[in-house]
Amino acid sequence: MGNIFTLAISAIFINNFVLTRFLGLCPYIGVSKKLDQALGMGMAVIFVMSMASTITWMIHNYLLIPFDLVYLQTIAFILTIATLVQFVEMVIQKMAPSLYKSLGVFLPLITTNCAVLGVSIININESLTFIESILHGIFAGIGFTVVLIIMAGLRERLDKSPVPESMKDLPISFILAGCMALAFLGFAGFNI
Amino acid sequence: MTQIVLPGIIVGSLGLVYGLILAIASKKFHVEVDPKIEKIADSLPGVNCGACGFPGCFGYAEGIVNKGLAINLCAPGGADTVKRIADIMGIEATAKEKKIAVILCQSGGYENTLLRYDYNGIATCKAAVLLSNGPNYCNFGCVFQNDCVTSCKFGAFDIDKNGMRIIIPEKCTGCGACEKACPRNLIKVLPISKQVHILCSSHDKGPEAKRRCGSNTACINCGLCVKKCPVDAITMNNDLAEIDYNKCISCGLCASICPTKAIFDKLDGKRKKAYILEEKCVGCTICAKKCPVNAITGELKQLHKVNTELCVGCGICLQKCPVKAIQWR
Repeated sequence: MGNIFTLAISAIFINNFVLTRFLGLCPYIGVSKKLDQALGMGMAVIFVMSMASTITWMIHNYLLIPFDLVYLQTIAFILTIATLVQFVEMVIQKMAPSLYKSLGVFLPLITTNCAVLGVSIININESLTFIESILHGIFAGIGFTVVLIIMAGLRERLDKSPVPESMKDLPISFILAGCMALAFLGFAGFNI
Repeated sequence: MTQIVLPGIIVGSLGLVYGLILAIASKKFHVEVDPKIEKIADSLPGVNCGACGFPGCFGYAEGIVNKGLAINLCAPGGADTVKRIADIMGIEATAKEKKIAVILCQSGGYENTLLRYDYNGIATCKAAVLLSNGPNYCNFGCVFQNDCVTSCKFGAFDIDKNGMRIIIPEKCTGCGACEKACPRNLIKVLPISKQVHILCSSHDKGPEAKRRCGSNTACINCGLCVKKCPVDAITMNNDLAEIDYNKCISCGLCASICPTKAIFDKLDGKRKKAYILEEKCVGCTICAKKCPVNAITGELKQLHKVNTELCVGCGICLQKCPVKAIQWR
């Protein structure tokens, strides 16, 4: 149990995928304009990450290792993630068309989102067990969502604040992202 | 051998399984797209020029079906496209008048432009105007790096021997791409029925404008056209005469009086003259009063006559006659 708690704190705060590992920065800036969009994107990423962790772990341990094909890791993982994202896209288009529209191009972009591939490879590199891998995927997704939501909340407030003309929108967002990364750096001192 | 075949088989079968999953999912989660959108997108020209305000033709098709946008926004498609879309949507066709681009500057060739310096920089107009306000003497004139020509997706620009751009009316669709491309705002997209244009954009004062103009056709803001215009369509705006095309009747009077030939009349010499039908005229004198050039004479209750030498064929009398006794001849 303590192990799982450590894993959660580690994935969400200490080794946050966006602000510490610097993975998945494209949707972090791109989809953080509105709170509800950010939430939808976060949910999609949590789902894709947990599914990707599950399936890639199985592929690695039951397919690649027995046949001695570990060098095919990247190809096999990317193939899996691309399929998953396509699948999620179809489901969202059918079930929640408004969310599908607001996510727009960023949904297909999860396909090439390094955070998803990152979580799969980190699972293998740190030789996590099957259950741990799934949990790590979910926690990594939650970490991504938390940061995305904080950013979206801040940017919604920024819209109403007097920002200098040349700093509006993206420039101020990058500064904000830097400040957030610094703040999350504080978690690195945790000893668990 | 197995070292090559085995990975091939495994990755291949992985792909096969994933493909099957996606194929099943695409059937199961299939979303119906309105067939009207595809039909409309097919009937649009497909050049993605952006004249309608959407980045592409498909976006406009979606806009028509989902948001109920006007169906006459497609400039390149013209009346035919509007009719086809109207058929698909089941609504009445309301075609807009075709528009055409007009270059409001008569300078801009090798021989009719006065230059301050030779420009050998980047060959775009936008770059040329940035370098100490352009190479040519006139601060409002064409810098002839042909941004308009490259912006045109329909090949509607020709360049003559003198290096002047000529718009081919048959090819121009009035999409407005060149209007946006010109950094000096020399191109305007105007209704094709309007035949008289002030081909100068210089806001310089009279003598200054003429001195700077290489073709000596600058508007010197003398105001003759403003006084002469029978429908008050011309106004002097910041040292440049401008035509209000909502009022203009293309009579060509301004072109005939302009001392610098800054006003160009496409119909010059081709206009028909007014003719009064003897059996219909009641002698009300309305036409005589309205004629801007006093070409109609006649006493009250008597047959009126048109002096064909004075008549400029503006057509005002045709509209004003209460008994429709005047015709073109």
